[in-house]
Amino acid sequence: MADASKSPQADDRGPVTTLATPIHLDYSFTPGIAQSRNLRGLAEGKFIGQRCSVCGKVYVPSRGSCPTDGVPCTEDIVLPNTGTITTFCVVNVPFAGQSIEIPYTCAQVLLDGANISFMGLIQEVLADEVHMGQRVEAVWVEPEDLTPSMASVKYFRPTGEQDAEYETYKDYL
Amino acid sequence: MSERCAVIGVGQTKHKAKRDDISIAGLVREAAKRALEDAQLTWSDIDAVVVGKAPDMFEGAMMPELYLAPALGAVGKPMFRVHTAGSVGGSTTLVAAHLITAGIHKRVLAVAYEKQSDSDAMWALSVPQPFAAPLLAGAGGYFAPHIRAYMRRSGAPDHIGCMVAVKDRLNAVKNPYAHLHLPDIDLKTVQDSVMLWDPLHYLEACPSSDGAAAIILSAEDGVTDGAFPPAWVHGMAMRSEPTMFAGRDQVNPQAGQDCAADVFAQAGITNPRAEIDMAEVYVPFSWYEPMWLENLGFAEQGDGWKLTESGATALDGDIPWNASGGVLSSNPIGASGMLRFLEAAMQVRGQAGEHQVDGARRALGQAYGGGSQFFAMWVVSSDKP
Amino acid sequence: MSPAASRRPVAIASFAQSQNVRRDQERNEVEGLMPVIAEVFANIGITKNDIDFICSGSTDYLIGGPFSFVAALDAVGVWPPRSESHVEMDGAFALYEAWVRLQEGDIDAALVYSFGRSSLGDLNEILALQLDPYYLAPLWPDPVSVAALQARALIDSGRATESDLAGVAARNRKSALSNPKAQVAYDRSVDELLSEEYAVAPLRKHALPPITDGAAAIVLAAGDKAQQWTDHPAWITGIDHRIETHALGARDLTRSPSTTKAAEMAGVGDGPVDVAELHAPYAHQELILAEAMGLGDGVSINPSGGALAANPLMSAGLIRIGEAAARISSGSAHRAVAHATSGPCLQQNLVCVLEGE
Repeated sequence: MADASKSPQADDRGPVTTLATPIHLDYSFTPGIAQSRNLRGLAEGKFIGQRCSVCGKVYVPSRGSCPTDGVPCTEDIVLPNTGTITTFCVVNVPFAGQSIEIPYTCAQVLLDGANISFMGLIQEVLADEVHMGQRVEAVWVEPEDLTPSMASVKYFRPTGEQDAEYETYKDYL
Repeated sequence: MSERCAVIGVGQTKHKAKRDDISIAGLVREAAKRALEDAQLTWSDIDAVVVGKAPDMFEGAMMPELYLAPALGAVGKPMFRVHTAGSVGGSTTLVAAHLITAGIHKRVLAVAYEKQSDSDAMWALSVPQPFAAPLLAGAGGYFAPHIRAYMRRSGAPDHIGCMVAVKDRLNAVKNPYAHLHLPDIDLKTVQDSVMLWDPLHYLEACPSSDGAAAIILSAEDGVTDGAFPPAWVHGMAMRSEPTMFAGRDQVNPQAGQDCAADVFAQAGITNPRAEIDMAEVYVPFSWYEPMWLENLGFAEQGDGWKLTESGATALDGDIPWNASGGVLSSNPIGASGMLRFLEAAMQVRGQAGEHQVDGARRALGQAYGGGSQFFAMWVVSSDKP
Repeated sequence: MSPAASRRPVAIASFAQSQNVRRDQERNEVEGLMPVIAEVFANIGITKNDIDFICSGSTDYLIGGPFSFVAALDAVGVWPPRSESHVEMDGAFALYEAWVRLQEGDIDAALVYSFGRSSLGDLNEILALQLDPYYLAPLWPDPVSVAALQARALIDSGRATESDLAGVAARNRKSALSNPKAQVAYDRSVDELLSEEYAVAPLRKHALPPITDGAAAIVLAAGDKAQQWTDHPAWITGIDHRIETHALGARDLTRSPSTTKAAEMAGVGDGPVDVAELHAPYAHQELILAEAMGLGDGVSINPSGGALAANPLMSAGLIRIGEAAARISSGSAHRAVAHATSGPCLQQNLVCVLEGE
């Protein structure tokens, strides 16, 4: 039995209310076979999409399967650098991990020939001039900076062409 | 065969930005104990426990049901952990309810929570993936473009979202458990608040809350004689679709329409606008109210915003939505779905105090999650099915 | 509440698993799952359109990103929209949820799948996060040390020796030689195994599970549908799960009362058991589980090689159910028990009884 006179003095700092446990976990990441083909294309300054053999839709970037059919997309298609903004938002909120100065415009870009849009950064235009249906083109990094990554695409900028008809992209919203 | 299932007890915590006075176990117990008191039961009257919460990275604790077993009286019982993204509070309730309707247990405790101040929710939602563009938008940044698409499709005027933001926060003032209490909020205040993700203003977005909710579900022979009558489950449904696929309608997802059609068919409802007395619907960003009004069949395509504008969804309207203040007023992510189901049950039990919709006998609870690809819904009533 | 005897008959109609490997270098989760899903359907000539409900088991922490299970759904092709759910637990529990759902009688078929890529992160750190976040996790106890505490308690109780542990390992790895999906298989003597160094005493390397990437899927079908789809359904005649308290010091680590209770509720003792597939990632745990379920000498334990042969986290329990079902379907067993566990030192346990026609 512990001798009460030897027990530690309760200190006057009050009870412990928070316990901070820093956690650092390292993970390997496998993009997978289909996405690897996209990534190698990006390292060459090209957008490579994949077509599903069942529904015929072209996915870019591909993640391994056609989500509606559950089969691998095996046919590669090189897509052009141009596309249409289907919708967008202007990000004005700071948060951890952000590397671009706010405000910035994120848009869903539907590349010509693709059946699904992906998110891209829009630059070389004022935020309030970005609009749905706007025609844009990819601006790539310098050739020596190309990597197998979406970071090879610096951003998209307007081409100045006439806007795409709403009908051409309304099903992609 | 399906057994009847009733809600006989509910409990929730006062939702706050940071519950620094309590551990995770304490948080869930607070809600669970209130539900037990409401049902006039003790821990030993519960046969099984189902826990739901959103990504474990929100707290930095993996598979926390293991640690929570003793705190929730689950030792020696079956315990389950559901995770279906933001809709999890709803699907947790349904998984628990199915244990009753399938005749497996007599009484089940469903608990959902999030103590997201423990970690960093924004970070957990946007853990950067290698090979991707260094382009992060946060949760709102995912939904804002779809809101813009709705505005374009429907031709809705700009102020509709702000109206919803005001309505839900004023309702929350009447809900003692709600996180945000903003009695002075008005349209101008919302419109003047900073644009977070254009077209969404700061005050049109949900808060980040610590909170827990608990529901006790019972078979007919387990219903107790508490202060409030039971809320009977008349329909339950879940639907998922892939998050990203060619031709997906992000604004009016098929899975949401199918889920609603299923739950209404079970409950014998053909005209939700007329036959439902109130609805608790997962609206984390203001514009999701008009969007879900259409998706759930309360309004025709393109007309959801008109219903909002007319005041029909206000507390004194003919189809109040989110009398509790909704997700816009309290958002402990893992619990938010269950809070919708719980508040719907409270309404038909006559238990909602100041935010009670008079004479509510039939209510809808809806939760959605992920990239709007997962839906869970139920219809509850003061009458037995 | 309906009595156990009136439960709707539900059977395992099909089972498929991936090759269990140390590391799948090339494929992501979706690509790893697709062939498994394709096979589980092809076995019985059905498609995704024949499925009414889908439930999966997985955990975000293995992959390092939230909502990993959402992308995995791409492997199934959920269009038109389907009723679907997910548990952040081993696929065996997803199977339980699907079984419950089928009891209601309004739907007849469910797909259950699970995947786990343990190679992506460091399990020693990840699994520490499964422990009490206030008192245990900050000490970063790795899973091997935690298991070793239990092994030490068992040996000190006098009910097992290090030689017994080696015997379990030898038997499981030898059985794995006839399992084409197994990752670790060999034929070594107990003496040879006992000469290994300790990993964390009293556990030597042979007593530990391998680190595995793998995926598995099962199709559950009710009554008539099961008989329509396969001539050899494995009927689930009982299934239950229970959990114990979390703190390691608050339990008798040498016993598994939750397994005993789940086994009782599932009716293990109601008839002879030919085969038992026990989810025992650590050799000593097989001894504890067999004792908890009252399995006698006549029972063939882990003909697949068990979790010692392949341990894809979040899938290993579902695979036990699938392997037991496979023995029933092939006719090599008439009555089998499958078990799945979750949490440190067998904290939570699921028991399932399967019977042939």
